[in-house]
Amino acid sequence: MLSEFLQYLFTGITIGATYALIALGFTLIYNASHVINFAQGEFLMIGGMTTVSLTGMGVPMPLAIVLAVLLAGVFGILLQRFAIAPAKQADVVTLIIITIGASIFIRGLAQLVWGKEYHVMPNFSRDEPIRIFGAVLNSQSLWVLGVGAVLVVALVLFFTRTLIGKAILATSMNKQAARLVGIRTQLVLMLAFMVSALLGSIAGVVVAPITFTSYDIGIMLGLKGFVAAAIGGLGSGVGAVVGGLLLGVVEAMTAGYVSSDYKDAVAFSMILVVLFFMPRGLFGAKVVERV
Amino acid sequence: MLNRFMQSRLRGLMVLAVILFSLPVFLSNPFHYELATQMAIIAGTVVGLNLLVGFAGQISLGHAGFFGLGAYFTGIMTGHYGWSAIPALVVGAILVGLIAWIVGRPILRLKGHYLSMATLAVGFIIAIIINNERQLTGGPDGMPVPVFDVFGWELSPFGTYSLFGIELNGSEAWYLFAAAVLLVAVWLAQNLIDSPIGRALRSVHGSEVAARVVGVNTARYKSLVFVISAVYASVMGGLYAHFQGFITPAVASFDFSIVLITMVVLGGMGSTMGVILGAVVLKLLPQILTHFQEMEAVMFGLILMLTMIFMPKGLLPTLQMAVSKRLKRRAGGQQ
Amino acid sequence: MLKTLLRCAGKFVAIAAAGLVMSAQAAEPIRIGSFLSVTGPASFLGDPELKTLQMYVDKINKDGGVLGRPLELVHYDDVGNASSARNFASRLIRSDQVDIIVGGSTTGATMASVPLVEQAKIPFISLAGAVVITTPVKHWVFKTPQSDRMAAERILADMKARGFTRIGLISGTGGFGSSGRTQTLEVAKNMGMEVVADETYSGSDTDMTAQLTNIRNTDGVQAILNFGFGQGPAIVTRNYAQLGIKLPFYQSHGVASDSFLKLAGKAAEGLRLPASPLLVPDSLPDSDPQKAVVQNYKSEYEARWNAKVSTFGGYAYDGLMLAVKAIEAAGTTDHEAVRKALENIHGYVGVTGEFTMGPDDHNGLDADSFRILEVQNGDWKLIN
Repeated sequence: MLSEFLQYLFTGITIGATYALIALGFTLIYNASHVINFAQGEFLMIGGMTTVSLTGMGVPMPLAIVLAVLLAGVFGILLQRFAIAPAKQADVVTLIIITIGASIFIRGLAQLVWGKEYHVMPNFSRDEPIRIFGAVLNSQSLWVLGVGAVLVVALVLFFTRTLIGKAILATSMNKQAARLVGIRTQLVLMLAFMVSALLGSIAGVVVAPITFTSYDIGIMLGLKGFVAAAIGGLGSGVGAVVGGLLLGVVEAMTAGYVSSDYKDAVAFSMILVVLFFMPRGLFGAKVVERV
Repeated sequence: MLNRFMQSRLRGLMVLAVILFSLPVFLSNPFHYELATQMAIIAGTVVGLNLLVGFAGQISLGHAGFFGLGAYFTGIMTGHYGWSAIPALVVGAILVGLIAWIVGRPILRLKGHYLSMATLAVGFIIAIIINNERQLTGGPDGMPVPVFDVFGWELSPFGTYSLFGIELNGSEAWYLFAAAVLLVAVWLAQNLIDSPIGRALRSVHGSEVAARVVGVNTARYKSLVFVISAVYASVMGGLYAHFQGFITPAVASFDFSIVLITMVVLGGMGSTMGVILGAVVLKLLPQILTHFQEMEAVMFGLILMLTMIFMPKGLLPTLQMAVSKRLKRRAGGQQ
Repeated sequence: MLKTLLRCAGKFVAIAAAGLVMSAQAAEPIRIGSFLSVTGPASFLGDPELKTLQMYVDKINKDGGVLGRPLELVHYDDVGNASSARNFASRLIRSDQVDIIVGGSTTGATMASVPLVEQAKIPFISLAGAVVITTPVKHWVFKTPQSDRMAAERILADMKARGFTRIGLISGTGGFGSSGRTQTLEVAKNMGMEVVADETYSGSDTDMTAQLTNIRNTDGVQAILNFGFGQGPAIVTRNYAQLGIKLPFYQSHGVASDSFLKLAGKAAEGLRLPASPLLVPDSLPDSDPQKAVVQNYKSEYEARWNAKVSTFGGYAYDGLMLAVKAIEAAGTTDHEAVRKALENIHGYVGVTGEFTMGPDDHNGLDADSFRILEVQNGDWKLIN
């Protein structure tokens, strides 16, 4: 049945594009600092919730979105400056725990400020879904895909064409050497967190019409984003996108053809299989271990 | 001097025993005993996890999966099939060890964050299965677990017992039992650490490549310690199930995995006494923070962050360093 | 450095100890204990429940208390975690020494605390839904919400009356949805109906189109039922509308609140669900004894909290009022006397329904206390 298959595919791509957007944020911070930022989901939440609450106060949507994204950027800088930078000697796990603490903290704040309710954000364009060969596609999904594509291209350009982008890459490859050639690595890291927060919050705004938004939306989406990033290979932009889409499509196909009870289990098994054959994910760079 | 005393493992064990068995002086009602019992059981789990994380340097974000498996296996065998608790715990531990060995071989080849990802996935799969198999596990609403028994002799948190002529209520008896179990768990862990296996493990932590070059079979040691830490989790999970009398899939959840790893890191990776302190602190904190009402999450996150930023080595190692530094300075001043 | 650290630690321990042993003195007030899921995934249950308890404890105290003694509410947030619910139940019983417990937002939290409550012999009024809480009857455990079994019965009866016997079921994998699914399967069998499609989604899913497509493509489905709570059912409703499914659509009482209407928007148009009359106080006939109670609760709650009233807060209202009634009837806070008095509650008209307890019925409601509502023009409409 073509329409059935198409429907599952559309569903999968919609979910997958969401994951991909979040995974990109992980990728960016990982590239710059080799930190897995478990507070990444909170940027998403800040984006969505700020937009909703500002529009609720009568601020026009485009302005609300810009303000929300800026606020998330500020949080990104604060996170790097006050939580990650002071702990520079810390272990990988310690850094993970710090970002988990940060995410609990930010979520707690959000709950105080915005309450616990779920909120609706209207679709950017029309409400009616698009029909193709008997399958339907939410118009917002196109926005998610489109914004995702634009962000990927922008990121590629950022890293290859701009001085700041190159500085971030240089810092990630060798901090010492980067400092020697005159890169202010602290500033660069702060920038990386900010850009990642911007990415995350844009994702949060774009997906909010599909997923709703609330103070705790970042937990589940953040986790799925991490999973997508790991499948694709940490640090790879293409990997993040492919990983996200793959994860979404596998979830939807399993729910459609196999068992909705076990769709998450199948998705997690897929990770194990991928990592079994490709221990650095699909597109992860081969890193030579220093002894 | 004090420093050497604190680092000596056997004395560490003795200090722990003294603390554990003098603690009842400060416990004034069954609720306190219950909390202390849970702390001891969770601490036992964390001591096992620390072997993996602190000594072998392998991160697990799915350890609650093994804890949950142990809890549910015991719960199901004693509840549905009328097994006695001890065989259920033992068979459960063997099965969980087997499962850990099977999944451990392939995933322990992974490094760093990929290993975390894989353990996270394993934990999630276990939690999903427990959640979905309603017939056996009662599904998301959980299942009751019978009272702990040793071939007919029952240890219930609500019974009354006498030990050397002293009357004990059920919570006190359970606390003493759990404290004894924790001591055994720590003793076993320390023996392992001091054995050649332990040295091999630490070499894996230091540099896996170097360890391999000097002829250490790193894969074997890693999967061995993975199995051991899973067995720890399984046994403690089983005890926890009996003590609580009711379990839900939350015991196998990702959240709980995060709690466990946080205890290890917060208390001090690689320090057995440290991770026990970590378990105590993290178990106590929510009880204290209830006074902050809706500020609870904010406070918790803040405390967690600040502790890890300013004490990246963990609570106990940082304290020990501070003590020894001060002692050294004082000694220097006197001369 | 160390000294300050130690001092800090000392202070910390002191506060902790004070916190743990605080209370225990002052026997004067009647202590009502509560553990609720005020935050976490079930916060839409716990939040209105806590607000209701706080507001009515204040109100009762202003009116002179119970038996001439003020009420004191001791409450903890279990974050939706059954283990911490059990710990807080223990703390309420052993440390705070409350006289009665009104709480337990979710079935998991309630059931985890039941063994303890039964041992400690203290009356416990649960605010959670599943039928297992009071069937079989547990000596010390009561509950105020209708069971999920009643919801299933009410929904399936309405379906049958409209001539639908082949159902497509989609449910959440959380406690509420999972238990509701089990009950629906059983009730359907008893009523000679058939569940021809059976799909689930997890609480964190953001799109259920695949599951709904499966149901739609199953042969002979006449009506679809979604058993679940949280934001999931709102997403299901929206996906339902997007797919253009024309079959009659039912939800459970898990979404019986105005916030669901806000989330689901136009997509909710035409769906039916069983709910307490709280959502349609003004449509009730004047002869309905519940009308006044429901109107009062709604207006008081909305005035006090500046938020829409929800069915779940109503459970807490009934729980507290039942407790107060029982303590008044018993004339004491003696546990056994209060428990007996609870069992003897007869014809108490609450927000949720009319309660008549008995030694073999610790819920006291029947399926008729659910009203079937339909969403029309973005609002609830009473069907029967």
